[in-house]
Amino acid sequence: MRGGITRFAARDDGPAARVAGFMAHLRESGFKLGVAESDMALRALAATHPEAEAVRAALKCVACGSAEDWARFDALFDSYWRNGGRVRTKAVPSGSSMQHTRNCRSAAEGQASGSGTADSPDTNGDGESEDGGDGRLIASTIRNLMKKDLREVVSPEDIRQAERVALRLGAALRDRRSRRARLSAKGARIDLRRTIRASLATGGDPLRLARKRRPDRPVRIAALVDVSGSMTLYARPFLAFLAGLMRADAASDAYLFHTRLVRITEALRDDDPLRALNRITLLADGFGGGSKIGAALAQFAATYARRFVNGRTVVLILSDGYDTEPPEAMAQAMARLARRGCRIIWLNPLKGWRDYAPIAAGMAAALPHLDLFAPAATLEDLAALEPELARL
Amino acid sequence: MPPRLIMTDWTDIQTDLAAQGYVAAPDLAMAVHLSLALGRPLLLEGAAGVGKTEVARALAAMKGCELIRLQCYEGLDAAQAIYEWNYQRQLLAIRASGETGAGSEARLFSEDYLLERPLLRAIRQPVAPVLLIDEIDRADEEFEAYLLEVLSDFQITIPEMGTLRAVTRPMVILTANGTRDLSDALRRRCLYAYVDYPDRATELAILQKRCPGVSDALAGQIIGFVQTLRKEDLEKKPGVAEMLDFAAALAGLGVNDLTRDPVVLQAALATLLKTQSDRANITTEVAQRLAGRAA
Repeated sequence: MRGGITRFAARDDGPAARVAGFMAHLRESGFKLGVAESDMALRALAATHPEAEAVRAALKCVACGSAEDWARFDALFDSYWRNGGRVRTKAVPSGSSMQHTRNCRSAAEGQASGSGTADSPDTNGDGESEDGGDGRLIASTIRNLMKKDLREVVSPEDIRQAERVALRLGAALRDRRSRRARLSAKGARIDLRRTIRASLATGGDPLRLARKRRPDRPVRIAALVDVSGSMTLYARPFLAFLAGLMRADAASDAYLFHTRLVRITEALRDDDPLRALNRITLLADGFGGGSKIGAALAQFAATYARRFVNGRTVVLILSDGYDTEPPEAMAQAMARLARRGCRIIWLNPLKGWRDYAPIAAGMAAALPHLDLFAPAATLEDLAALEPELARL
Repeated sequence: MPPRLIMTDWTDIQTDLAAQGYVAAPDLAMAVHLSLALGRPLLLEGAAGVGKTEVARALAAMKGCELIRLQCYEGLDAAQAIYEWNYQRQLLAIRASGETGAGSEARLFSEDYLLERPLLRAIRQPVAPVLLIDEIDRADEEFEAYLLEVLSDFQITIPEMGTLRAVTRPMVILTANGTRDLSDALRRRCLYAYVDYPDRATELAILQKRCPGVSDALAGQIIGFVQTLRKEDLEKKPGVAEMLDFAAALAGLGVNDLTRDPVVLQAALATLLKTQSDRANITTEVAQRLAGRAA
């Protein structure tokens, strides 16, 4: 037997408490675990031999629930059981649970002093490594260019208006038919099951024919908004639109991109619209900086799109297409995204200008993959798109 | 060393699976072991072709029980997954007898007219079978929700007949390859294992187990080639099944050295690369370079 497993970091009493401590450690690192899992972990341990490797493997298949968890587990396991109380540095915040774990405060200190309003008691990054006293270090991503408080950019009225627009757009897109049949009085096909069931009342003669048809199914919208420097002017309506969309449609998804891509779906679903914006502000460090659209889209296609985008998804890209990278990257990313079977709509605020031609190299590279390329600079423009979307 | 307990251990599972021709990584063997010991469904995730479905097959062979498979697809509904009444027979029976009343109804909705679909069949076996729910992420959310109910209670309610409880609890294996995000509720119900492409040693063991005719030198070359090929930027990386096809193709072509004949190698690549752009990317030169590195 290897030594590590018996040298416990915390002086807990009994294996149950130690396992509970470990589960808490995982939970803090973004694992979704409840009491039931702790119980399951104990039962799993009871069914395995007490060898270090067996214990690791057993806890692994109980605690993990996704490929990301699976990849991170071993490091977390080692940091908890084998480091004998030293500072743990492996607790990388997961992408999906983005509440208070992403500490951009320390990195942003220098530049943020001007606008410094993005603080709320629950997101004070400096306190993070001290609280609890067990010296957990949370990795921070230093990619900050400048920090802007989105609450100054978007007002609650905007969001309410945007919510209405988003609802209407969502309804316009809702035209994919389900393969799952539903009972319907005017359906084209006969629902045999119900017809026969009803015929029993009439001695086996199917007098009343129950019909079924394939109902319309809502599409999912995945919206990607460019918040790079060149888009600052248009950020207001677009962010309001995102916030509205998230509140109007529970199945939609939202992302921001500039030099990298951030998923803001969870943050935007916050009950309080202002707090939601505050949370995005924390995520969107780099707001107003340069743009790497191709790279951001490639990242989207390779990661989130594989999970959230399918044939029933509409990908909505709101960007001016000014990319600082070679257009090949863009073409490749778009081709890859299009292969997911989704429809892609690109709304470009510049297209509304007179004499506009998509000569920005990135924009030109993306064009062949688009189902719709339309102008949109304000919320009104977005609302006006309704008939076009319905025709898609 | 503590006294050996009566229960089968996870290393035993590994050995038993190997006896069925399935070489399992330690983490996977442990997941299978716990799934058996705790009676929990096992969710296997991973890219296509890494042998997720094969786990169920090997497990069924190992336990000597039936493998019941439910292939999921979009639009899969209760009538296809659980049970359906045999309407044609019911109609005929009504016509033939001409009788009416309660007695007739009880007879029409009896076992004789019930068509068992995989889920119902799985819980009514005298010997606990292995139930494979393949590609659960292809089914839609509604079905997933229903499945949760079946997996937690192991009982199915048929309005006309009442509730059917499980005679034996099937060992449930679900597979997914990420076409859609599964609900947290389903994930929490299951034990989880991520199945990755096997490492060099494991894959070599698989090849030797499945194709004992291949010489050691060639086997080493094949594995080296396939492993380096997976590191290339491909749309569809070759899985274990493709690797075995490749080995069989080479054996059929009478090749015993990968580097010798570029034309034959290029032809055999048809078993590994399944998209046009991948074929275009791996030119004869690239294939030769990879084969040279693998040798």
